[in-house]
This record gives sequence, C-alpha cells and structure tokens, in this order.
Amino acid sequence: MTDLPVWADWVISFFIILGASFAFIGSLGLLRLPDFMARLHAPTKNTTLGVGGVIIGSILYFSMTDGLSLHELLIAIFLFLTAPISAHLLAKAGLHLELELSENTRDFRTKPEQYSDKDD
Amino acid sequence: MNKLVPAPWWSLFLLAFWLLLQNKVSVGATLLGLVLAIIIPLYTLRARDYRTTLHHPLLGVQYFFILLGDIIVSNFNIAAIILRPRKNIKPALIEFPLAISGSVPITILASTISLTPGTISAELGRDGRSILIHALNVDDPEATIQQIKQRYERRLKEIFQC
Repeated sequence: MTDLPVWADWVISFFIILGASFAFIGSLGLLRLPDFMARLHAPTKNTTLGVGGVIIGSILYFSMTDGLSLHELLIAIFLFLTAPISAHLLAKAGLHLELELSENTRDFRTKPEQYSDKDD
Repeated sequence: MNKLVPAPWWSLFLLAFWLLLQNKVSVGATLLGLVLAIIIPLYTLRARDYRTTLHHPLLGVQYFFILLGDIIVSNFNIAAIILRPRKNIKPALIEFPLAISGSVPITILASTISLTPGTISAELGRDGRSILIHALNVDDPEATIQQIKQRYERRLKEIFQC
C-alpha cells in the first residue's frame, strides 16, 4: 500500500462521505415520508447518488494506488438498470393491493380501470 | 445490420462489459471479448421478440448525460424534501399519455421517470397508451406532464423514431 498525497485523501474522503450521506438520507426518507408510495421515492433516487459517490471514491483510490481501475462502473450500470425496475414493481404491487395513501394525495386518474386488475 | 453482427450496439456493450469485468485492456482479453461479443448475440437473438433501431446514437449519448444531470438534481431535491418538516408535501397520482410506442422506448421512459426528480412510474395502462405516475410534490400536474414530454419523450421519439 502506497501513501497518497494529502489532496487525494481529501477528494476521496469527500466522495465517500457524500455517498454515505445520501445513502443515509435515503434510509431516513423510508422512516419520515408519509405513505408507501412516497417512501419508494427515497431509496430509488438516493441510492443512485449514494452508491455513485462511494464508487467514484473507490475508482479514484484504486486508480491512484494500483493503476487504472474501472470495474466499479459495472455496479453503477447494474444499479441504473435495476433500481427503477424494482421501484416500478413495488409501486405496482402497492397500487394493486390498494394500500392507503396519505390523505393529501390527489388522484388525477381519468381512467382508473386501465390500472386495475379487476375484470368488470 | 448483417448476418455476423446482427445487433452491433449489443455487441459493443458486451465487449465493453467484458473489458470492465477484466479490469484491464490486453490483447488476449480483447480477443476473447470480441469472440464473446459476436457469439452471444448470435445465440440469444432468437429469444428477442422486439426489434429496436437506434436512429440517432449521438442524441442517445446526449440523453444519457441529461439524465445523469437530472439524477443528481433529483437526489438533492428529494434529500431536501426528506429533511424538511413533514406534512407540507403534495403527492399526486397522474396519468401520463404516451406518444411513443415499442417496449424498449417505453421501458426507458418509465425508468427515466423513476430516476428523475419527484416522480415514479407505478403502472403501465392495460392498453399500453399511458403510464401512471406517482409524484411526490406537485402543484400543477399538467406542468409535470409537459415537462416530461418536452425533456425526455420528445428526445426518445427522435432517437428511436417510434
């Protein structure tokens, strides 16, 4: 293990702390937001920057010590592909189970039967 | 395109993917990657029941960077909502009428909606002509729809010509 210059330490720490803070805020959102659908917003969005920050930190650190390292980007690619899809499936499940939404949710659906699994 | 490389973008993606997995670029890794990038699409092509053509690859790259910027904005946006005192958000369920068709463009649009500020795609209408969106904090649903249409759907329509 080689020693890094001080500025590199600072830059890498910045990205890792940034990522960790966003991951934390995302988890906090699960606790604080009012209903199931609103809670979904927090982890889908904040994990992308949360993991992104840690990945950038990791790329910088390993590129400066062991030579160029980019395979962390694969994690980002998989996250981009899977985060919206899992959120979509959870939202879909919540919708079909007709979970209660917080009372200030406004419903602008004009054709609710399009999104229902009931045959009528 | 032709018989040997039926899906050039897919092959290119596989090659890049292989090199990232190896975490280095060497002659051996590139050769093996090229072989895989040719064989895998040939083998899996029969299982693909959709045909998608990328008409404007450069616009696709531009779309990717716009999306990246919006994801970062979206992260700060949602962090602000979470850290603010609760009760003053205005969630809504909005119907988004689709002007594009085809499973790949619609999937990309739905994923984009989920990753960008304040909206999540919850369900595709039965007839495939609209997406149900859950928005976390909106004042004017029409403005949200117009923004998605202008910013993303118009570009996707141009990229895929659908």
